[in-house]
Amino acid sequence: MLKLDDMLIVQDDFELRADFTLEAGRKYAVIGPSGAGKSTLLSALCGFIPLASGRMIWEGRDITNLAPGARPMTMLFQDNNLFPHLNVMQNVGLGLRPDLRLRQAERAQVEDALGRVNLAQYAQTKPGNLSGGQQSRVALARVLVQARPLVLLDEPFAALGPALRNEMLDLVQDMVTQTGAAMVMVTHAPDDVRRIADEVIFVEGGHAHAPRAAAALMEDPPPELRAYLG
Amino acid sequence: MAQSALAISRKTGTGAALLVAALIALALGAVISRAQGGAQLGPSDFAAVRFTVLQAACSSLLSVLLAVPVARALARRRFAGRAALVTLLGAPFILPAIVAVLGLLTVFGRNGWVNTGLEALGVPGVSIYGFHGVVLAHVFFNMPLATRLLLQGWHQIPSERFRLCAQLCLTPRAMFRAVELPMLRQIVPGALALVFVICLTSFAVALTLGGGPRATTIELAIFQAFRFDFDLGRAALLSVVQLVMAGSTALLALWLVPSLQIGGGLDRMMPRWDARGGLQRAGDAAVIMLGAAFLLVPLGAVVWRGVLGLPQMPPEVYRAAGTSVMVAVGSIVVLLMLALPMAGWIAGRKGGSMETVGLLGLSASPLMIGTGWFIVINPYADPFAFALVVTMAVNVMMALPFALRILVPPMRDALGQYGRLSVMLGLTGWRLWRVLLLPRLRAQIGFAAGLTGALSMGDLGVIALFADPDRVTLPLQMERLMGAYRMDAAAGAALVLLALSLGIFWICDKGGRWRAEA
Repeated sequence: MLKLDDMLIVQDDFELRADFTLEAGRKYAVIGPSGAGKSTLLSALCGFIPLASGRMIWEGRDITNLAPGARPMTMLFQDNNLFPHLNVMQNVGLGLRPDLRLRQAERAQVEDALGRVNLAQYAQTKPGNLSGGQQSRVALARVLVQARPLVLLDEPFAALGPALRNEMLDLVQDMVTQTGAAMVMVTHAPDDVRRIADEVIFVEGGHAHAPRAAAALMEDPPPELRAYLG
Repeated sequence: MAQSALAISRKTGTGAALLVAALIALALGAVISRAQGGAQLGPSDFAAVRFTVLQAACSSLLSVLLAVPVARALARRRFAGRAALVTLLGAPFILPAIVAVLGLLTVFGRNGWVNTGLEALGVPGVSIYGFHGVVLAHVFFNMPLATRLLLQGWHQIPSERFRLCAQLCLTPRAMFRAVELPMLRQIVPGALALVFVICLTSFAVALTLGGGPRATTIELAIFQAFRFDFDLGRAALLSVVQLVMAGSTALLALWLVPSLQIGGGLDRMMPRWDARGGLQRAGDAAVIMLGAAFLLVPLGAVVWRGVLGLPQMPPEVYRAAGTSVMVAVGSIVVLLMLALPMAGWIAGRKGGSMETVGLLGLSASPLMIGTGWFIVINPYADPFAFALVVTMAVNVMMALPFALRILVPPMRDALGQYGRLSVMLGLTGWRLWRVLLLPRLRAQIGFAAGLTGALSMGDLGVIALFADPDRVTLPLQMERLMGAYRMDAAAGAALVLLALSLGIFWICDKGGRWRAEA
């Protein structure tokens, strides 16, 4: 589905290589030591960092130079996923209409998405008046209406408590299962990997290794991964 | 394709910057083209250069020196009216120079309150004209500005430092050396540079309190060369001297000047455990009272005399007031059209070096720009017909560096925090402005607009060159009344001008923050 063809990211004296294919509908966890380049990998996929060399092929089409908004993917960042001056309805609506002029059908779509994350009654509220978990769900509702075939998560739930984080992960899992989207999630927690990932991309030493089946890998990690997991 | 994902308003931004540069370059070119080969600076011009530098150095040194104890006292004490006083410290910056001069004349002038008091005591009076007067007026304007900059510095000291000092039982002296002095070392050079640049290009103060061979600034010399001698060559040479001098200092200031914040020095009053002794307390109280009196007495004098003078105002004052409001509103509109795309363009770039373009406006003499455009327009049309347009353009140039200083940092923050989200959602061009930048920057846009409006309303510069009975702004009208020794009528006009300047600032600033949240 998304083929990373000999891709190389260079930032100052940091280099990261990736050469593998992400399949439709699969759930990938990206793990690795701090500073290994997990977030950088996601930023490059999304188009925030230009590639030094290599290509990205989406279903046969070269998307290497496409603007972030035009790519078949959406991303949740570590923070600042919502505009604080816009209400919940507007924040979610931006996923459909960047000019905020929602038509009736689109409004209904946004309301439906808010219903699915249990925030129907908060449509007119500003994010500042919501709890951390509620804010995450607003961002998820936007991912839902955007309905892109690839969802990238850069630790968006890192600031939440363990129970809430698991709740969010389950919600994300439900969502991608329903929409059939593939998911790439950066995480530090082996528990998260066991909880939802099908495959693991291990990032270390300037390489994003090709995905390997999560269960097998976590049972019997290679030495570098074992060193990281401790 | 190493294209930054966050490049915004590149075309409009560069366009606006080029327009500003062209406006100044064209004026300079026009002036130089008229400068005859034989034009030379005479001894009086060198005296003007010397005077300009000397008064600017004295003014900035005195302003900052006096501001240090006032800011320190304000940082250490809480009292009723503190917030109001800190807000008032921002007033002189938007106060029309000519209004302040009238206030200072009322207090320190030949028949002013101070001299009347001294006379009663049998002590010889002081003169407000000449070097003293110019410096006094500049200190009046800039001491409060410096105080606010320093106060900001004091408030940026983390409260943990003060807690640590309290635990270590440091004496006020030790505390000053350990905590406050390092902060001052960072802030003071910037404050000095800023005040120095502002005083370097001062015109209205020099026009009213200076003058004569011994108290003429370069800006005033340009005015006289143009208006009285019509010696374009000398005016051109002086303009170049001014541009080089102010430009290099302004460049220096850019690296040193702390950013201007809205309501800087108002928030985060932290508890302090030092300086609880009676002597420290009394000292701070005295310093605050003296500082407040220096600021408030001349302002009070303007209001007091103004109320008495209101009935004596000739009808021209009202017409001039209408003209001034028009010019101010026009300046705000043009400023926003230039400053917003420029700020967006600068904020989207990695380095901040392009802010220099805005500084051109600060260093290029307004009178030079006025003179230049007079020459450019003259062959094609009556330059006097364009007096107000040129005034407006020059006002915008003057406000531009401050507007950029206000707009760029928060715009950079907004892009840093929400830039990736916006790009991912496909918010580009006008949509990015509508969804992200304009709502996030409402308060700063209002502040910048208010500042521009007030500066433009009170500006007495180019319009004095183009003086013409039909097109008179309120500051010029006021200056004429003062020149005719109709001081009561002038005082009435001063009150109207004061109200309009503060009013337009208040409306814009409040408008920006109205119902703003998050």
